[in-house]
Formats: sequence, C-alpha cells, structure tokens
Amino acid sequence: MSPSSWAGPESVLADAVGRPVDGRPEPLVLARELVKRFGDFVAVDGISFEISPGECFGFLGPNGAGKTSTMRMISCMSPASGGTLRVLGMDPGADGPAIRARLGLVPQEDSLDLELTVLDNLVVYARYFDIPRAEGRRRAKELLEFAQLTERAGDRVEPLSGGMKRRLTIARALVSDPDLLILDEPTTGLDPQARHLLWDRLYRLKQRGVTLVITTHYMDEAEQLCDRLVVMDRGRIAAAGTPRELIERYSTREVVELRFAAGEEERAAAELGPLAQRVEVLPDRLLFYADDGDALLGEAHRRGFAPVSGLVRRSTLEDVFLRLTGRSLVD
Amino acid sequence: MLTRPAGTRRRPRPLWVRSLGYWAFQYKRTWRSSLTSSFLYPVLYLAAMGVGLGTLVDHHVHSVGGVSYLSFVGPGVLAATAMQVGTNESTYPVMGAIKWIRTYLAMLATPLRVIDVLVGHLAWMVLRLVLTSAIFLAVLAAFGVARSPEAVLALPAAVLGGTAFAAPITAFSATQEKDANFSVIYRFVLIPLFLFSGTFFPVTRLPGWLQPVAEVTPLYHAVALCRTLVLGQAPGWPALGHAAYLVALTVVGVAAATRAFRRRLVV
Ligand SMILES: Nc1ncnc2c1ncn2[C@@H]1O[C@H](COP(=O)(O)OP(=O)(O)OP(=O)(O)O)[C@@H](O)[C@H]1O
Ligand SMILES: [Mg+2]
Repeated sequence: MSPSSWAGPESVLADAVGRPVDGRPEPLVLARELVKRFGDFVAVDGISFEISPGECFGFLGPNGAGKTSTMRMISCMSPASGGTLRVLGMDPGADGPAIRARLGLVPQEDSLDLELTVLDNLVVYARYFDIPRAEGRRRAKELLEFAQLTERAGDRVEPLSGGMKRRLTIARALVSDPDLLILDEPTTGLDPQARHLLWDRLYRLKQRGVTLVITTHYMDEAEQLCDRLVVMDRGRIAAAGTPRELIERYSTREVVELRFAAGEEERAAAELGPLAQRVEVLPDRLLFYADDGDALLGEAHRRGFAPVSGLVRRSTLEDVFLRLTGRSLVD
Repeated sequence: MLTRPAGTRRRPRPLWVRSLGYWAFQYKRTWRSSLTSSFLYPVLYLAAMGVGLGTLVDHHVHSVGGVSYLSFVGPGVLAATAMQVGTNESTYPVMGAIKWIRTYLAMLATPLRVIDVLVGHLAWMVLRLVLTSAIFLAVLAAFGVARSPEAVLALPAAVLGGTAFAAPITAFSATQEKDANFSVIYRFVLIPLFLFSGTFFPVTRLPGWLQPVAEVTPLYHAVALCRTLVLGQAPGWPALGHAAYLVALTVVGVAAATRAFRRRLVV
C-alpha cells in the first residue's frame, strides 16, 4: 500500500494494514455489539472490543463462554448474527476471501488431512493461498523444523500423537505468513517444551508486527503472552484490560493460602477474615486476599494459629478468572 | 525467460481451481490402482457380456436394434460406468470432506468460499468422469465398436450422464449425518437402474407398465444418448431431448448442492 492511499478523506475509518491514519492506530479488528446465535441460543451476546495492530489480544472464559464462536466470526468462517465487525479494515460479509488471505487460523479442533503426509498437509494448504509451489515447499520445510516434525515429514498424519498434530496445525496456520494470527487454544495438549517453543515463536512474530488473537485455558500463558485480554462469561464480556490491570482491579496484590487441621478452619476464617479484603473457604484450605500477605501470616501466628502449611504468593490471573466466573463449573 | 517485469505479479489462480487442485493432489495416492481398474473393468465386461454372452444372443436373436450385442451393450455399460463413478465420487468423499477428514473446513479458513469448495469438488468429479469414460471409449474402439466419428461425442455424453448423478448426489450427501443411506442409494437406486434402464436389453422388453418408469430414469437417457453416438447414428431430436434432460438434472443438482453446502458449512 502506498503512503498516499491512506491520506485521503475516505481513509478516516480504515487503512487496510491498520497504520495510523489520524495519529491513533486503526484497530485491526473492531467489534460493536457483536452477536452470534445458533437458533434460539445466544452464544455471543453483544460484545464490543478493539484489537490494535501488533498486539497480542486474549480471550479467556469458561467452557461454552463463546470464545470459539467469536474466533470463528473474526476469521470470517462464521457470519455474525448481529452487530458490526470489521477485520483488517474490511467487512467479513463482503470481503471474506481478501481478509482470510491475510489471516492464519489455528482452529480449536484440528482439521488436518489425516491421509496425506505431514509435509503434504502444509504444501496443499499453501496452494489454497496461491503460494507458488517451490515457495510453499520452502516454507513448509522451515515450519516443520520449527514444529520439530522434520523427521516425520514423509509420514501420514493419522498415527501422529495429539500434540504433534497440534504442532502441525500451528505450523500450517503460519504457512501463509499471516498479518493476523488467530489461535483457538493452541497449546492444549502440548508438552511443556512445545509450549515454550510456541511462545518464543509467537513472541518473535509479534516483534515482526504480526497481530495475535488467542484463547487459552492456561492463565499463566495468558499472563505471559497477552498485552490485553477480555474475560468472557456466558456470551458477554465480564472484564477487559491488561493482565496487570485486571489483577489490580479484581484481586489483591497477594494471596495467603493456609491449610489447617480439621476443626480449626472455621475459627481461623472468622478471626482472620477481617484482616483480608476477601476470604475464600475451599474444602482443603483457606485463601486470604490481602495486599500484604506476610503481615497477615505473621498476625495469624501471633494469634496462636498453627496452620499445617502456609504460603504467601502473588495474585495471578487465575485468581481473577475464578473470581469473575465462579469457582464451580457453570451449568 | 521466466522473469517477470518488476512490480507485476502473475495472475492469481481462480479460487475454485485451488480447491480442484486439492483433489487432484490427493489422487496422487491412488491414481495407479484407480486407472488400472478403469481399464480392466470395461475389458472384462466387454469380454464377458459382449463377446461371451453376445455370441449366444446373436445366434438366437436376429439382432438387438440391428447391431451386434457387443455394440449394443458396450455404450450401455459406458453410461452405467459413468453413473457408478459419478456416484462413488459424490457420496463418501463428500461426507468425508465434511465430517471425517474435514477438508472443506480447512479450505474455508483460507481465501476459498463455500461456492469455490463446491465448484472445485464438482470439477474434480467431472475430471474423473472424463478420465474413466475416455479409457472406456478407447477399450470399446479396441473391441471394434465406436469406430464412427460421432463416437467421439460419446465422451461428453457419458461425462454429462455421470455428472447428472454426481451433482444431485453431492447435494444429498451434504445433508447426511451418517453414511447409512449411501448403501440404500447403491442397493435401491444404482443396481435397479443398472439392470433395467436399457443397459443390457431394450426397455421395450419390460412389462408395459414398467416402461414409462424406466424411461424417466436418468440412466435411461444417458444410455440412449451414448448408444446413438457410439453407433454413429445421426443424433436427432431424441438425442437432444436426452441431453436436455441430463443437463436439467445437473443444473438442479448444482443448485441443490449449493444450498446444502451453505446450510452445512456456514454456521
Ligand atoms: N454450531 C453450533 N450449534 C449450536 N450451538 C453451538 C454451536 N457452536 C457453539 N454452540 C454453543 O455456543 C456456546 C459457546 O460455544 P463456544 O464453542 O463458542 O464456547 P467456548 O468459549 O469456545 O468454549 P470452550 O472453552 O469449551 O472451547 C456453547 O453453549 C455451544 O454449545
Ligand atoms: Mg472453544
């Protein structure tokens, strides 16, 4: 795109690559009151968000919250039932092919061709993007290296382990060198090594300006990767912000986890509770949310409590998540 | 020179061609056995039915429509084979691409649209029909049948006949949750059509009430059209009628398949 093409009056709303138009970066993905219905069931219930170019944006939420439904709308595979959605400055309803040409998708469920070989899966996929044969093979080989599947290149996909298939799906999403990468639970089923490799790769992609949209059930992953995230619950956005902001807003700086001998728990909760901002009684331990955990623990000892074990830790996104979406399974 | 002028890019391939490309690519795994059976099937059939059974028939009957039994049955089996191939390609492969291998889903995450996915797959079915029918016609010629110039037209005729099955069955397959109904198609549609639509004997030999039934089946029209052309009889109004019937069935099938694909794949 030439610089002159984003200076005209019509460029106020959208520049296709999302470069600053009026000083503020144009969101790469813009959703307003976005709705997805399946028959009478409302899976996504009027959510609004903006994803800026070059950021890593996360969607968290319990099972059935509507994350995948949202991902599928952003990736122009599933039409919205209501609201507005713009992706890469275009309308998914009208410009699906042009949007998807610049998009990489790791779907929640693998859609690999089990009959083809590992390498051919990438080669075939590259052809959908009209990448010349030789270039497709070159990228495929490089990506197999990254996915640590080079030794399996000539094997059929079917007998690969679940994690290997997942790695291949991720490699496949990268074969078109996308500007926007959408990852729906990319690391589910991966071993720790593969998880860290993926994080490294995502980090490098982000440095190159690729925008990442990710869903995950691993809170540590979200905390580490995401610049900003939303927590969804029952089709709505329950909270939005940076991981730091969310922790500050919905949790305390620290959490004290105390385990007591049977019988002492109730008394401890009642007596120490007022010292914390919030107490949570779990079957096996008590959680005290406080800004100064050590002080609380010291006070407990001073008052003669003798917990079987005591731990002071920083609040994490997991605490936020459980606070917002409830500890027990939703329906 | 292969280099292009700076700044220009080769023309993008049409989206449906990319989907067709997948089917051609995966055919690499099975093309040898597939083409071998495309060759062996007519050879065996024509040897057994045409030559073997034919000598018996030709001795006892003056002729079937004025030609040898081999010349009569050859184009019939050509049309029936196209029906078989068109059906094979539009049942399990379509369901597999929706449910099992989920090829369509993978394609839909790329620039391809539902219509490209469908058109590419239908184009592949047509290509398969061209391959099989061309081999069949070559074998017929080797047996001394299909020697007239019009016989070349039997190739598009057979392909059209096969497509008239493939398109509506593609639509049907896209609505199915399980493959159980496919065996119903084979047992209660394909086999009766194969036996009673004029492939092996003229439908005029059927009981009177069955004749009109046989004459509305698509295979009857495909067989009649192929037979006219293979035997080098001037294709007149009846032939045009047969072709129009098959074209109409194809058009209806493609429209139904488009609807079925949208319903199934856009959620
Ligand atoms: N094709 C569909 N037809 C009917 N209902 C659907 C369909 N897809 C999703 N749903 C429903 O929409 C709701 C949201 O599903 P979605 O897959 O978006 O959740 P999710 O947040 O991705 O959950 P998970 O963490 O389990 O992947 C669920 O109740 C699900 O049953
Ligand atoms: Mg999901």
